Amino acid sequence: MTNARPALAATVLGILRTIAPEVEPGALDPTRPLRHQVDLDSMDWLNFLVALHERLGVNIPEADYARLVTLDKLLDYLLERRVSRG
Amino acid sequence: MIDFKLPSLGADMDEGTLLTWQVKPGDAVKRGQVVAVVDTSKAAVDIEIWQDGVVAELLVQPGAKVPVGTVLARLLAPGEAAAPAEAPAPAAGPLPAAAALPQPVTPQVQDAQSTTMAARHPVSPAARRRAKELGLDPDTMRGSGPQGAVTLADIEAAAAGPVTPAPAASAPDRQKDMRKAIAAAMSRSKREIPHYYLSDTLPMAAALAWLQQRNEGVAITERMLPAVLLLHAVALALRRAPQLNGFYRDGVFQPSRAVHAGVAISLRGGGLVAPAIHDVGAKPLVQLMQELADLVRRARAGSLRSSEMSDPTITVTNLGDQSVEAVFGVIYPPQVALVGFGRLAVRPWVQDGKVCALPLLTATLAADHRASDGHQGALFLAELRELLQQPQTLADSIAPAANPEGSKA
Repeated sequence: MTNARPALAATVLGILRTIAPEVEPGALDPTRPLRHQVDLDSMDWLNFLVALHERLGVNIPEADYARLVTLDKLLDYLLERRVSRG
Repeated sequence: MIDFKLPSLGADMDEGTLLTWQVKPGDAVKRGQVVAVVDTSKAAVDIEIWQDGVVAELLVQPGAKVPVGTVLARLLAPGEAAAPAEAPAPAAGPLPAAAALPQPVTPQVQDAQSTTMAARHPVSPAARRRAKELGLDPDTMRGSGPQGAVTLADIEAAAAGPVTPAPAASAPDRQKDMRKAIAAAMSRSKREIPHYYLSDTLPMAAALAWLQQRNEGVAITERMLPAVLLLHAVALALRRAPQLNGFYRDGVFQPSRAVHAGVAISLRGGGLVAPAIHDVGAKPLVQLMQELADLVRRARAGSLRSSEMSDPTITVTNLGDQSVEAVFGVIYPPQVALVGFGRLAVRPWVQDGKVCALPLLTATLAADHRASDGHQGALFLAELRELLQQPQTLADSIAPAANPEGSKA
């Protein structure tokens, strides 16, 4: 389980780069709001969630969006939903 | 003979660089088929043809930069016989005897060209754009796609590998070109169009509740964004104010029955495009959502179609996503109006004599006084507000398509 988080983070960042290719993963602050840092509009955000769904099989309801503000929070959420596949 | 010309791809484009032909002499083409890819300052655009026919000759070679209106190719109309061998002999050198056969001209030209262009594989528009951003030359690469085509994945792989870093210039160049093109179109707009501006605050509680309920019941891949409901509402509200939808050309306003909504899409790294979704108001919302998602994806990948670039009848911008409260737009000529939506946010609102917290949205209209007055603009915004209070009725109101074939009258 301890290895799950870095692997998951790599997967999530890989998906993020398909939406925003210019993102430098190292330059992201995991504690700051993700959408603002990466400049994701609502269509980008939805595409990101759809890609997460396709890759990890997790269906994130709209009601949970408010919990997914930062990269850290998103990873917490995904781990809590027992998504650990890389 | 049909002359196939480089179409105008919007007020901010007056030339384009032919990237690839998707057809060759002898090919039969259908109306709407993509026959070439042309690079503009904004994107690699798939150029569609608007007549059926058979390609007779290609007059412009890949790599050439030509003005709008240039004849790119000649086609035989359906039923038209191939011209007899009276076609002019190519200037380059004497023809071998075999060239008396009825396909003399183009192969010669292509041969001459191919020696200068070395081994050139097809390159997808998205790949070419990405390559340019990265400062790579896709023409020197070996692709993994069909016929050795260089794909986006090849470019990304090449970029990740030990490749000589960018000769830099390309990406900033495109940026500069795009900025110049936008500046030219917007200067023309501000010079020629007597803008007037209106604004209204729309209560969005009903619309958002409807959307939320709808989205809970469907898979994530079918989730719908508020932008889709707004686009649909704009199209329906335009029926109350047809003076806002169409083109102002040659001193007269030409209304359009169909609503081809140009959707302003910001590009990563700067600049924007506003390609059209055709026949908004005549499509179910689910389809509208799919088309919007597809359009944004292709706009960002730099792969749009010529009909999308050339015929929006009004522009809708959703800058609220970037968290501004309201947008005061500059009309994109020859259109006569631009609708702007600000941020959807919970704010105080007075309802039934009480202050309450409601999700609100500021809708603005920039419109052309040569085609309409503030009164019509106000009718439009009032109708927009009304429609959004009855989301189910709005979703069910699908207008018959003004032009069933979609784009281009």
